[in-house]
Amino acid sequence: MLKDITLGQYFPIDSPMHRLDPRTKLILLVLHIVAIFLANNAITCGLVTALTLLVMLLSRVPLATYLRGLKPILFVIVFTAVLNIFLTAGTKIELFGYQTPMTWEGLVLAGKMALRLVLLIFASAALTYTTSPIALTDGIEKLLSPFAKLGLPTFELAMMMSIAIRFIPTLIEETDKIMKAQKARGADFESGSLIRRVKALAPMLIPLFISAFRRADDLAVAMESRCYQGGNRRTRLNEIHFAGIDLGATCIFLLFFAVTVALRFLL
Amino acid sequence: MIKTEHLRYAYNAAESEELKFVLDDIDFSVSAGEFVAVLGHNGCGKSTLAKHFNGLLLPSGGTVYVSGMDTKNETYYWDIRKSVGMVFQNPDNQIVATVVEEDVAFAPENLGVPSEEIRKRVDEALKTVDMYALRRHAPHLLSGGQKQRVAIAGVIAMEPKCIVFDEPTAMLDPKGRREVIDTILKLKNEKHMTVVLITHYMEEAVKADRVVVMHKGKIVMNDVPKKVFSEVKQLKNLGLDVPQVTELCYLLNKAGCSLPNDILTVEECADELERLLQ
Repeated sequence: MLKDITLGQYFPIDSPMHRLDPRTKLILLVLHIVAIFLANNAITCGLVTALTLLVMLLSRVPLATYLRGLKPILFVIVFTAVLNIFLTAGTKIELFGYQTPMTWEGLVLAGKMALRLVLLIFASAALTYTTSPIALTDGIEKLLSPFAKLGLPTFELAMMMSIAIRFIPTLIEETDKIMKAQKARGADFESGSLIRRVKALAPMLIPLFISAFRRADDLAVAMESRCYQGGNRRTRLNEIHFAGIDLGATCIFLLFFAVTVALRFLL
Repeated sequence: MIKTEHLRYAYNAAESEELKFVLDDIDFSVSAGEFVAVLGHNGCGKSTLAKHFNGLLLPSGGTVYVSGMDTKNETYYWDIRKSVGMVFQNPDNQIVATVVEEDVAFAPENLGVPSEEIRKRVDEALKTVDMYALRRHAPHLLSGGQKQRVAIAGVIAMEPKCIVFDEPTAMLDPKGRREVIDTILKLKNEKHMTVVLITHYMEEAVKADRVVVMHKGKIVMNDVPKKVFSEVKQLKNLGLDVPQVTELCYLLNKAGCSLPNDILTVEECADELERLLQ
C-alpha cells in the first residue's frame, strides 16, 4: 500500500497543457483562483466553469482522475453546503405545505460555495497533473529569481525541494520496514493510551533518522562525484521558455478575467 | 589512465592515537580500456582506494594521477571528476531526481552542457543500459537492478573515460546482479571504457582482465584471473573464496586427479571433467 503513492500526481503524457511553461501555469492558476472567488452571478460563474472545463479537456487527463481528487474534500464541500442551506437568513422553503428551516438564499449560496471549491480543486489539479515536480520547482525557482539578487538562495531552495520530494517514497518504505522489524520483535504500536503509543514510536524514529542521515551522506558523495557544484553554470535538460502557446494561454485567461471582473462589478 | 604511487591514507584519528593507515603504500595502475577487479575482505580498504580515483579523498601520503593529472592539484578538480565516474553500492542513495531521464541528465546539467546536447547524451546513455523505454518513469517504482542501471546511465551521460564501480551488486538480487554485470561488460566491450570493479563476488571478478587482491591496506596479489584464482590456498588464508568450479578442481586435484588448476568457468570445468572421465 505504501508503494502506491504517486509523486506530485504527475501524468506523463503529452498535451497542450503539458507543453505550457510551468511559470505560465503557476501565474495563470493564481489569476484563475482570484476569478473564481470574484464570480458571484450566473454569467460569471458560468464563465469560470467553462474555462476550468476547457483546461481540464486540454490536459487530456481522464475526468475520472479529476473526480477522484475531489474525494478527500468531499466532506468539507457537503458540510459547508449543509451549513449554508440551514443557517442563511431569507425566505424559508416550503415542502409539502410544511415550513422547513432551509432557505432559498441558503440554497443558492451553498451551490455557489460548492461550485467554487470544486473548481478550485480541479484547477489546481490541472496544474499538478500536467507539471512534473521538477518542472514545478524549476518554475518556482525562476519566478523567485528576482529575489536571488536580494540574497535568497533560490537554486538551493529548489534543489532541496526536489530532493525532498524524491526521498518521500524511499523514507516511507524504510519506515514500513523498520516498523515490521520492530513488530517482529514484539514492539506494540497500536494499543495503549495515546502517550504510550507516542512513546512506542521512539524505537522506530531513531533508526529512521540514523538511516536518513546515512542516506544524505551517500547522496552528497554521489552528487559530488557527478560534478555537482551549485547553481552557477548549470543548464537544464528541459529548458523552460515562454513560447507562443504561453502567450495564447495568457491572452485567453486575461480575457476571461477581464470579462469576469467587469460583469461582477457592472451587473 | 589511473596510477597511484606509494599511496597512503589514514582517517583522522584522535591525537593521542597512533595513525592507522587504511591504505599503506599502494602502487596501482589501470591502463585505458582495461577491466580491473579489486577483491578483498570487508575493511581491507578497497572502497577507500576507489574514492581516491576521482579525488573524493585525497592521499595522506604518495600521489594519485588520473590521466597524468595529480588529484591534489585543485585546478584539475573538475577535469578529474569528469573523467572518472563512480557508481556506488546503494542505488536509492545515488538517484537525485523524480523522473528517470531527469536523473540521467544531472551530471551534464552540472557541467553546463547545452540542452540539445544533454538530450542526445541522455537518450544514448539510457539506450546503452537498456532503460530507454522507462525514461519517463519514477525511479522509486523500479527494481533494484533497474535503479542501478539508471545510476550507471547517469554516470555514462557525463562521458567519463573510466567508471569505478564500488560494490554495485552488493544490494541486488541475482537477477539485478546479472543485469548490472552484463551492462558493465557491454561498456567495456562495446564502448571501450576503462572499468574498475570493486566486489566480493568471485564470479564477477573472473570476468575481468586483471584481478587485484587487497588485504589490510596492501595489495597482495595482482595478476590475470587465471593466475590469481589458481592460488586457492593463499586466497583462503586471506579469508576469500574462489569460484565454485575452481574449488571443485582444487579438491579433486588434492584427492589425486590431474586437472589444470586455472579453471574459472562452468564450461571449462565440464570439458575438463569429461576429458578426465574418458
